[in-house]
Amino acid sequence: MTIKKKPNYNFIIGSILTGLIVALALVSLVYTPYDPDAMDAANKFAGISLKHPMGCDNFGRDIFSRVMEGTKNTLFVALGTVAIGTVFGILLGAFTGYFGGILDEILMRINDAIFAFPSILLALVIVSLLGSGKYNVMIALGIAFIPSFARIVRAEFLKNRELDYVKSARLMGAGSLRIMFVHILPNTFSVLASSVMIGFNNAVLAEAGMSFLGIGVQPPDASLGRMLSEAQTYLFSTPSYAFFPGLVIILMVLGFSLLSEGISQKSV
Amino acid sequence: MSDVILEVNQLNTYYKERGEKKKHVCKNITFQMEQGEILGLVGESGSGKTTLVKALLGMVKDKEGAIKLNAKMPQMIFQDPYSSLNPSKKIGWLLQEPLRIKGGFTKEEREKKAYEMLKKVGLNDNIFNHYPRQLSGGQRQRVSIALALMLEPELLIADEPVSALDVTIQAQIMDLLLKLKEEMGLSILFISHDLRVVYKMCDRVLIMEDGEIVEQGKVEEVYKNPAHPYTKMLLEAVTTV
Repeated sequence: MTIKKKPNYNFIIGSILTGLIVALALVSLVYTPYDPDAMDAANKFAGISLKHPMGCDNFGRDIFSRVMEGTKNTLFVALGTVAIGTVFGILLGAFTGYFGGILDEILMRINDAIFAFPSILLALVIVSLLGSGKYNVMIALGIAFIPSFARIVRAEFLKNRELDYVKSARLMGAGSLRIMFVHILPNTFSVLASSVMIGFNNAVLAEAGMSFLGIGVQPPDASLGRMLSEAQTYLFSTPSYAFFPGLVIILMVLGFSLLSEGISQKSV
Repeated sequence: MSDVILEVNQLNTYYKERGEKKKHVCKNITFQMEQGEILGLVGESGSGKTTLVKALLGMVKDKEGAIKLNAKMPQMIFQDPYSSLNPSKKIGWLLQEPLRIKGGFTKEEREKKAYEMLKKVGLNDNIFNHYPRQLSGGQRQRVSIALALMLEPELLIADEPVSALDVTIQAQIMDLLLKLKEEMGLSILFISHDLRVVYKMCDRVLIMEDGEIVEQGKVEEVYKNPAHPYTKMLLEAVTTV
């Protein structure tokens, strides 16, 4: 007998949106309709047309090409951020959760201290130390993201280390590292997966925010946040300049949110 | 007399929770276990059974007294077959893990041994590629037994291995343990609070109350002529049910 399941709409719609955005970014690696940085004085503020589906900006650059390029940069920074946050978060959470004791106390208090800062603020401080630019933003946001991942992983390790399968592994003679990363870690993935998606979301917003403030991706590289900040001067004369990058950010965040919701529904 | 596989002499263990007074858990525990016997360990929850087992396995730090173990690394079967198997691993992977850790086996050798062990505990070959969540409680407990036996231990500690199972499955698992004991020459320390199960399984029995062994002897004798009031009480509880 099979129980009829309600389709997981969150997961389906989330996957489609995320898929489209990622496809847009991947295509930009090999093809954009125009060179995203090519200026064309004749097409300054050109409206929406077949030649320029999203119009042109104040330098006559094709907005569609720049949105593709910007999506790629934003996703790239978000990916790097989440990667740094997850890897170090897992390491930190695994060691503190598994061993406990003094080390746990010290590291988690430091963690709390970092956690207490809003992540953008912390990233701003780090960027002001490292300097701006794509990679520094990645590192800064990555550091700001470590505590939340560390907490999740630590909680899972605390829960799992008391279970009999861990005792059984110890009796077989498995070492601590093997127990931590081969036996326990895979059991944290379902919880981790949905928080990675949420983390992705926050990273996209944080990157857009930092680029908007001018300390993220540097010109001439396109980034969605940077385009928004450049577009605000022309908000009333050329609304399409701000509309499309904003739309892509919204769809991206919506896609990741739905996907994360869908994943947590799936694992229940 | 056969050889002694486990000898515990004047074992005392202590336990301290943060901010609480030190507790004396196991008090002057002294007993011997012979090669090839099934020794029952009976007591209520909180009587120190689990602590004693942990001490035997070297998982208790604060202890005094001597534990002499004349066997290779003892293995253990746990009460809850749902938490004793790693949910993210397939049964085949789990069964190979002890050999992988020990080292010195090729992949083919490991798989062959795992399949042999599955057969020994009465499970189908196709379980090899199943996850624990796809199995029933009885099947899981069989897998746990297989897992514990992969390293061919001489001493097996079974911590209430049938308490979480249905009565019919209980009987099957007990029969399996008795069969494996004969086949592999195991000695089993069998922990239970169910005196009927102990009667069926064990040769000798230790009765534990409040961290002390209050009575020990052959199962039939203890059941017929309980000397200690606590043993009498336990036996009466069984007969009245």
